[in-house]
Amino acid sequence: MTATFQQPARPPAGRLAGRVASKVFGSQPLGAFFVAPYLLFLAAVFAYPLGFAVYMSFHDYFFAAPGAIVDRPFVGFANYAAVLGDPTVWQAFRNILVFLVINVPLTVVLSLLLATALNAAIRLRTFFRVSYYVPYITASVAVVGVWLFLFNSNGLVNSLLGPLAPSPSWLVNEHLAMPTVAVYVTWKQLGFFILLYLAALQNVPKELYESAAVDGAGRWQSFLSVTVPGVRPATTLVVLLATVTGANLFTEPYLLTGGGGPDGASTSPVLLMYQRGIEQGNPDIASAIGVILVIGVLLVALLQRRLLERE
Amino acid sequence: MKRTLTTAALAVVLATAAAACGGSGDGTATSDAAKARGPIKIWYSNNEQEVAWGKQMTAAWNAAHPDQKITAQEIPAGKSSEEVIGAAITAGNAPCLIFNTAPAAVPQFQKQGGLVALDDFPDAKKYLESRTGTRAKQYVSPDGKYYQVPWKSNPVMIFYNKKVFAKAGISTAKPPLQTYDEFLATARKVVKSGAAPRAIWPAPTSEFFQSWFDFYPLYAAETGGKQLVEDGKSQFSSAAGFEVADFWKTLYAEKLASQEAYNGDSFAEGKAAMAIVGPWAIASYKDKVDWGVAPIPTSKGAPAGDIHTFSDAKNVAMYSSCKNRATAWDVLKFATSKEQDGKLLELTGQMPMRADLASAYPDYFAKNPEYQNFAAQADRTVEVPNVPNSIEIWQTFRDAYARSVIFGKQGVEPAFDSAASKIDGLAGQS
Repeated sequence: MTATFQQPARPPAGRLAGRVASKVFGSQPLGAFFVAPYLLFLAAVFAYPLGFAVYMSFHDYFFAAPGAIVDRPFVGFANYAAVLGDPTVWQAFRNILVFLVINVPLTVVLSLLLATALNAAIRLRTFFRVSYYVPYITASVAVVGVWLFLFNSNGLVNSLLGPLAPSPSWLVNEHLAMPTVAVYVTWKQLGFFILLYLAALQNVPKELYESAAVDGAGRWQSFLSVTVPGVRPATTLVVLLATVTGANLFTEPYLLTGGGGPDGASTSPVLLMYQRGIEQGNPDIASAIGVILVIGVLLVALLQRRLLERE
Repeated sequence: MKRTLTTAALAVVLATAAAACGGSGDGTATSDAAKARGPIKIWYSNNEQEVAWGKQMTAAWNAAHPDQKITAQEIPAGKSSEEVIGAAITAGNAPCLIFNTAPAAVPQFQKQGGLVALDDFPDAKKYLESRTGTRAKQYVSPDGKYYQVPWKSNPVMIFYNKKVFAKAGISTAKPPLQTYDEFLATARKVVKSGAAPRAIWPAPTSEFFQSWFDFYPLYAAETGGKQLVEDGKSQFSSAAGFEVADFWKTLYAEKLASQEAYNGDSFAEGKAAMAIVGPWAIASYKDKVDWGVAPIPTSKGAPAGDIHTFSDAKNVAMYSSCKNRATAWDVLKFATSKEQDGKLLELTGQMPMRADLASAYPDYFAKNPEYQNFAAQADRTVEVPNVPNSIEIWQTFRDAYARSVIFGKQGVEPAFDSAASKIDGLAGQS
């Protein structure tokens, strides 16, 4: 028995073009066509500004009128050196770390617990679902006003606490301002994350709870052994979204603590970017802060992914 | 592989974006524009009174100049006017004139290439200096040119609530507020008597401009009219600056002023007995508070006629996107003429920056005697320094002030010294 090998014939030119096209656009070129508008959108509103920010961070850049003759020389890492040598920037990054350490775990725990409760057959379930969602869709400016009344020296919270009320009060206390902002943001965003968990809970098979019950697991045990692992993909998403939105904190320190007070204790990197880039006309410095923030968030997200997605 | 492709694609997009940002434009033919006439656009402030003034001024001009019409509108909404104007300069769609240009923002707009030097018009320098007098010098840019017309000021003074003072047993006709000791004793009386929770409640927040309404007026008064920065050097880290800072520090330390921002109008609501305000407050508090007015205090109690204060001025500037600059310059002169300044005073209660203010409008001040104090004070106003990095300088000062005076986390002298050396560096940059 002999085996003969035949050289494959060269494909005709038309087929070659098809192969190249399928290599570039995948096996379903029509899909690439459908994806194109979103890709263009991403390029225009995400990639281009990001590229521009990177460009600005390496130049002595400022915004100028069209036609104005201005000098914007390449300065290498000078903007980064200025940023890293500025104690205000370090403080802003420390502040946001404090914020994330409080906000992210609190968001995950509260939204999972509340979603589980709301998923059960309880009375007034719709009312509670709406109640948790309302702060999320209410304008921050309006809600901040309420919190200012709640947490000022003579506010409701301090009245209830009586002699236990902190002095200086919450929002002007350098140790409590950022934690208060973190709790505020947790409360405000909770509705959205509860919604994510509620969707995830629909995918946890009922049989698993029945099996756990047969095995003698109580409510708490079946929550830990069935619910928590069952919604793990949602937890990854919640952690990631809470981290990304938290790292971009701006409105709350801008409004709730009057521009990052007291004495910079609640300044966030994005608030600092706004002050440096827009108010003070140094977009090059603001861009350097922004690039460092993007890198920091990517690293944290990577770490979280490693920790949460391991089997 | 997919990830590598995605990364490569992103890198290409980023590189293209970066390359696209490389060039800068070329110059503009300013001499032709300075002679051009035709329709122009202007923006004015969005408060009710200034809108009324802007509308009548536009109507009066348009009726007489049908071939060079003004199209007027309020400044588009934004976090602040300065941000909106800065964005408009960058986009190239700023109007010819903006009747709400903050002097503190002028150096930045100038650096952006967004402003027209008014010296391009042969009669400009003479016009500005004859209208505003010696105060006009405060508005000259470091290159020796005028990029703004000093338009109107809101010289700030101390407003006090007569009812609260009466409740605290303080004279309402001539309350003791002249020296720091008198002011502090009055403040203690107000709070101790329970007449009001706080004696005075300036915003203790960190925005760069907040020092214009606490430290700066008292500093202007204490120094007899010094600016924060003069001849490229900061001036506040001095005996006078420390004196003013210690005064405020005492108010905060004794809880006569609040470290917390008030969510509303503390003076109108009777939560504070005093406020630092400009003449706009007369109309604003008319039906709400029975008020009296006193000059800014000084440590030793200078005579009222010698006291300087912060101007809180808003000016007019011409923007480089303007094509018909000759018309814009004529409109500027028309809008700051004696007649239009009179209308501004009548409609807004704000003080046109004219050297002859009190004598130019005797009927108005006779009919509205409550404005006389502010008119007299308008002659002795101090502007923010016209230096590079103006906003950054004020933010640096505010941070040091908040740290040392409001929150007492650092001594005043080391905080001011450190801010002064940073500000000297910023003011010296071109």
